[in-house]
Amino acid sequence: MSAVLQADGLGKRYRRRWALTDCTLRIPSGRVVGLVGPNGAGKSTLLNLAVGLLTPTRGRIDVLDAPPALGPAELARVGFMAQETPTYSGLSVADHLRMGARLNPGWDRKLAEDRIAQLGLDPAQRAGKLSAGQRAQLALTVAVAKRPELLILDEPVASLDPLARRQFLQGLMEVVAEQGVTVVLSSHLIADLERVCDHLIVLIASRVRLAGDVDQLLATHHLLTGPRRDPERLQAGQQVVSASHTDRQSTLLVRTDEPILDPAWTVEPVGLEDLVLAYMSPEPTGRGGLTGVPR
Amino acid sequence: MEWVLVIEFHLDTRSGVSPYRQIVDQVRRALRLGLLNEGDQLPTIKEVVGQLAINPNTVLKAYKELEHTGLVAPRPGVGTFVTATLRDGSLAAHGPLRRELVRWLAKARRAGLDEESIEALFRDAFRAGAEQDIA
Repeated sequence: MSAVLQADGLGKRYRRRWALTDCTLRIPSGRVVGLVGPNGAGKSTLLNLAVGLLTPTRGRIDVLDAPPALGPAELARVGFMAQETPTYSGLSVADHLRMGARLNPGWDRKLAEDRIAQLGLDPAQRAGKLSAGQRAQLALTVAVAKRPELLILDEPVASLDPLARRQFLQGLMEVVAEQGVTVVLSSHLIADLERVCDHLIVLIASRVRLAGDVDQLLATHHLLTGPRRDPERLQAGQQVVSASHTDRQSTLLVRTDEPILDPAWTVEPVGLEDLVLAYMSPEPTGRGGLTGVPR
Repeated sequence: MEWVLVIEFHLDTRSGVSPYRQIVDQVRRALRLGLLNEGDQLPTIKEVVGQLAINPNTVLKAYKELEHTGLVAPRPGVGTFVTATLRDGSLAAHGPLRRELVRWLAKARRAGLDEESIEALFRDAFRAGAEQDIA
């Protein structure tokens, strides 16, 4: 399977602070990729590196087998929607489409106009007068109508109310179904990502903590509950992601490719949200209560 | 011909059941209840994702599984159509069985069983019955 984005030892430093460190990644094509992590983890930095708005301090990144934004041909293949749904408030909806057509050689005018009609937007309306949800839909229309192979969206739904968020994701998924475009979107709304993403990257403190296909991640993580015991003494190949203990009981989130054989454990599947949150919590130091035990 | 949307899917994200499985189950249920019949068209992938805001691959996976079990078949460029039914002629018997079951449930409640105990009892009896069938 070919990769749409490949990073090797990628790092970015702003003055003295590293925003991204030693990032090695491979994003397969045809996926809807969720990029999650706490604020300041490096999500926007990674996305800005991917579209060529930033240059790496270390390592390298290739997008569609070429350095990002190498030339007009490379630029045409990637659509980008920056944070805060960028539109020009003084320009009308129709102006945005005209501008898109002027700036993008592969502009799909019919697609753009159909989408605007389907959304019920008035072409004469100024972007500044649109609701946040409508502005996001306009920005998505401009990004999609250039017919990119890769669509990169930085927190596209963060500022939207739940209804506008759902409508935006419905529109985005229609685009994926129709065009088969690969999507990378960052968000900290894991419930939304759970519906739309089939690949997940967890970025924490400027490092990639977890990456993989969602099906695979869910199949290899299990929640174990049983009599209290030392997580050090587990079946080989079981990696403890998080652990919490009471006097009598241990609750462990483990990652393993093997079946759990120990009959002392009650084994349950883990939802994506719990899985991500477990990785976001401080790393287990071998034993001791770390998640779910605030004391 | 006027096109009619035959069924609409819904998603319970708190159930713990994967979205793909929920779609498969909803089609099977509709087939069993006679809501879907041979020749009916399933919603297109674009329609489903436009309605549920889910990944198209999830719908594709569900339709592939239904195809694999011989319940639906794709017509290239048109959509996915129902090719078999899960109605087994037992539909007529549903009414009387249901009435009997309601009576039985009332009896169980009078005997002091709560919902959990009733479910546990049903499962237990169901399992015992299945084991007898095998033996």
